[in-house]
Parts: sequence; structure tokens; C-alpha cells
Amino acid sequence: MDTRALARRIRVHALRMVNRGGSSHIGSIFSEADVLAVLYGAVLRVDPARPDWPDRDRFVLSKGHAGAGVYAALAERGFFPVEWLDTHCADGSRLSGHVSHKGVPGVELSTGSLGHGLPVCGGMAYAAKLAGKTHRVFCLLSDGECDEGSNWEAAMFAAHHRLDNLVAVVDYNKIQSLAPVADTLRLEPFADKWRSFGWEAREVDGHDHDALRAAFGASRDRPVVVIAHTVKGRGVSFMENSVLWHYRTPRDAEYDAALAELTAAAP
Amino acid sequence: MRDAFVARLLERATADPRIMLITADLGFGVLTRFAEALPRQYLNVGVAEQNLAAVATGMALEGHVVFTYSIGNFPTLRCLEQLRNDACYHGAAVKSVAIGGGFSYGPLGFSHFATEDLAILRALPGMTVVAPGDLWEAEESVDALIAAPGPAYLRLDKSSAGRTNAAGEGFALGRSRRVRDGGDVTLVACGGILGDAVAAADALAGEGLRCRVLSMHTLTPVDGAGLAAACAETGGLVTIEEHVVSGGLGGAVAEHCLEHGLRPRAFARLGLRGEFATTVGGQAYLRDVYGMGRTAIMAAARDIAARK
Ligand SMILES: Cc1ncc(C[n+]2csc(CCOP(=O)(O)OP(=O)(O)O)c2C)c(N)n1
Repeated sequence: MDTRALARRIRVHALRMVNRGGSSHIGSIFSEADVLAVLYGAVLRVDPARPDWPDRDRFVLSKGHAGAGVYAALAERGFFPVEWLDTHCADGSRLSGHVSHKGVPGVELSTGSLGHGLPVCGGMAYAAKLAGKTHRVFCLLSDGECDEGSNWEAAMFAAHHRLDNLVAVVDYNKIQSLAPVADTLRLEPFADKWRSFGWEAREVDGHDHDALRAAFGASRDRPVVVIAHTVKGRGVSFMENSVLWHYRTPRDAEYDAALAELTAAAP
Repeated sequence: MRDAFVARLLERATADPRIMLITADLGFGVLTRFAEALPRQYLNVGVAEQNLAAVATGMALEGHVVFTYSIGNFPTLRCLEQLRNDACYHGAAVKSVAIGGGFSYGPLGFSHFATEDLAILRALPGMTVVAPGDLWEAEESVDALIAAPGPAYLRLDKSSAGRTNAAGEGFALGRSRRVRDGGDVTLVACGGILGDAVAAADALAGEGLRCRVLSMHTLTPVDGAGLAAACAETGGLVTIEEHVVSGGLGGAVAEHCLEHGLRPRAFARLGLRGEFATTVGGQAYLRDVYGMGRTAIMAAARDIAARK
């Protein structure tokens, strides 16, 4: 699958969904869109016809507030009709703003409270090892989310048990909900933190599809964290690197301008 | 109860490789046999209870039946959101086991008193809540929780009522057990304090007051039929728990009775009321201090019998 085209479609779907649903987190979704596109378009072994196929790779979105991106990726991959996306956040919809598994094929775990995904993935990866299975478990975290101590409990667990079937991806866009990460609770030296916890850390440009693809390759004997350097709001000039677009809903002229930029961009 | 639980779990896990036991660095000496016999089914995640509940959920989602093990508030309140969002919302087979219910660790002080756990865990949708009163119930609940789908909370006490089962008796979640029969008052107990209820009933029999004793080992779902019979046949109820009365056994019984038109002519709840226990001491001592031990139960039963 052409992952760059997929990333663009994810962004356009998400923009429409957030606009229609009057919801938020468009900056967070744009920052993760390339990671999702590479995972769903080229890396994850999944089968839309059999969402519960036991040997599938598991993907968990731990930064649940950016769930619209995952719904868009799943719809594009054929897990459910693209029309479902129109119901995002509407009365009675199964597509909640924070990602939910109930009635949504392809979603492994419902999240929304930060700091839950990686610890559960640790259990999934451990179970796979016990069963002698070779599928992999991927978890997408946000940078602000790494403030939660539960992640570091999970990091120690995964390294202790040498869970080389586990990949954490951090969408390192340097902005959390109110301010830059560096001004809120500093993560640096971030890669060294993971390494000191026993992980293999790979730093990449989180919008470079070839680099991401390479970074998702297997490791030999330890869990891998892919620190994806990204730009919050990526793809729409006036949203890039802006705290505003964490909570703001794109409406009217803003929506039109954003859509124009996304559709004009080469795939 | 703890030893009875571990022995039964080992027996079941030996025959069923899906079963896992995960501790958060507690159970010195207690879990050794299990760990040695079934190393692939045993895990110590360290002092990390959020991870305990989350790893358990991840494994349960992959087909395991996972028992987590720690003391009192640690596998429950410390990781409440993991139990709510991860285990309960996903209907995962995570059986959270707390040893040290109530004042089991009385000398250790307030941090080790589990006195709000039942009410808090009972509020989680999908969570089966069990607090056995005797050793037999502790063993049988292991089997029952393995058979029941989804998450559960098993609260074990240091004390117990011994073994109160009759020959050939069957155990079912949600069905209370009549441990003593009588028509004057019903004493409803959950947890190891059942032993005090039985002792009180036996002493009161000497005074001519005949108490029925119900072991309400399951709080979710609570046994409506047992309560209906108790109301109709004895008229007065006393609930007994080593726990705050709001939301625990007393709360569950009160809610059920009022919602289902059961009207005990007199009703009393024994347990903590709107306070943290701050006194230190043995379990039996603290029951007396906080008005839920044998003497208090006898006084409440006499009072209820006189009022009804
Ligand atoms: C436990 C918890 N606390 C607070 C929140 C509210 N919240 C939603 S997103 C967010 C932070 C967003 O920043 P970051 O984690 O860096 O994610 P990004 O949107 O930049 O990808 C917060 C605090 C939450 N969802 N969960």
C-alpha cells in the first residue's frame, strides 16, 4: 500500500471527523498520521476479514485522544465501511473521541486515560512469548503521556523479560496539552532514559516513511522504542507546532483552509 | 484462608495451563510452592501494582485466566483505574486477590487496613465481588471464579469461621449459605468475621434467642432469594462486616431490600461508620473497638429482636 497516500487520507478523514463531531485533538492526530500510515500500510500483519485472527500483530493506541486517526486507518484498511467515520462523536455512535473497541473491528484496547496502553501491551507480549508465538505487539504513546509512572513500570517489566516482540512508538511532538513538554516536565535525555531501562532506542524523523519502516524492523533480544520526532499539527501550516490545536475544533474558514492545504499537497 | 486459596489454586493451575498467578512482590513463603511447581504460570512483577493489573489484563485478553495477588489496598485501590478501564471495560478474566481483608493486618496500622475496598470494587460494572467467610468458601470461590467469565475481586481474611460446610454441600457465587438456622433474627455476615456471627448466634441460643446466620460471601451479585427468605421468616436483619457500612455488605443488603420491596421490620448495620480506623491491634481486638465483634453482634441481635 502507498503509505504516503494513506497518511494523507488519514489526515483528511480526521479533519472532517473532528470538524463534523465538534471534537478536538486534530494536532495530535496530524502528528501521528505518518506513523499510523506506515504501520497499517506496510508493517502490521493484520487481516481485515479476520480482525481476531490469533496470529495478527497487535496495535494499541495508548494516546487514546487521537483515536480518530486509528479509526480512519482501520476504515481505509477495510476493517469497516469508510461511511462509519461520518458518525464520529455523534449521538449513539460507536466511534467515540477516545478510541474504543466496543463494536469497532480492529481496535484491540479502549484507551483515553493516559498511561494504560504500554502496561497492557507488556502483558500481551509476555503471553505471546509464553505461547511461543511470533506476532508482535505495537504501542503508540504520546510524549506528555510519558509523565505517567505506569509507563516506566511497564518499561522495566518489558526489559526484564526481554520482550523483543514489543515495540513502543513515541509520537515525540514536543507539545502537551498546555505547553511544550520541555517546559512542563522535561523528558530529555529521552532516548537515554529508555536505554538505561534496558530498551533499544531508535530515533527517527516521524514523518519520513522510509525511516519509520526501517525503525520498525525486528530487534534481537530486547524491547524497542521508536522515538518518532514529529511536528504537532503536521500537514497544515497554521496548525504546526501550535498548542492551540490540541483542544480547538477547526471550523468554517479554518476548516476550509486546512482541507485545501491537505488536498493540494502531493501524496 | 490465604493458604487454602493458594493450595486450591495450585491444584487447579496444575491441570489448566491457562491459569496464571501474578504477585506484586508479596507472599513470602506462601507462593513458593506454586512458583516452584509451575514456574511458567507464576510471575512477580515487582512492587508495581498498576503494572500488575495491566499485565494481567494483557494476558487475559490473550486467553489466560489471571489471578493477581497482593495485600489489602494494593491490588485494588492502587490500581483502581487499571481494574476499571483495562480489566472491567474489556471483560478480561482478571481475578484480583487481596489478602488481608479488614483488620487482618491490625498491628501494621491504617495503610494496611482494607476497609473501603468492597464498596469501591462493587461499584465497578462487571466485577464479581467475593469475600469468603470460611476456608471452604475460600477454596470453592477459586473454582467458581475460574469458571465465571470476566473480572472478579476475591477478598481474603486472616481470620475465618473455620469450615462451616455440610457434607456434600455445593457452592455457588451469589447464593448465600445458611450456616445456622433460627427464626428470631438473621445475622448476615461477609468475610472472616462470619466466625464472630456464628459465635454470637451460638451464645444467644443459650439465652433462647434463635438466630439465623447467613454467609453472604458474594456481594456482587447479592443473594436476593436468601434475603427475601430471611425477611419473611425472621423479620429482623443485622449485617456484619469488617468494612465501612456504606456501600459494602450493609449497603448492598439495604439497597437490595428497598428496591425489591423486602421490608425487614428491624434492620441494623455493624461496621465502620464514616471514619478511618486509627487504633492498632489484633483483628479480634479491633473488631471490639469498632463495634462489630461478638459482643456488639449479640447486643444488636437482642435489640433487633426487641424492636421487631
Ligand atoms: C490520565 C490522564 N490525564 C489527563 C488526560 C487529559 N489529556 C488528554 S491529552 C493530554 C496531553 C496531551 O499531550 P501529549 O501526551 O504529549 O499528547 P499529544 O496530543 O501531544 O500527542 C492530557 C493531559 C488524560 N487523557 N489522561
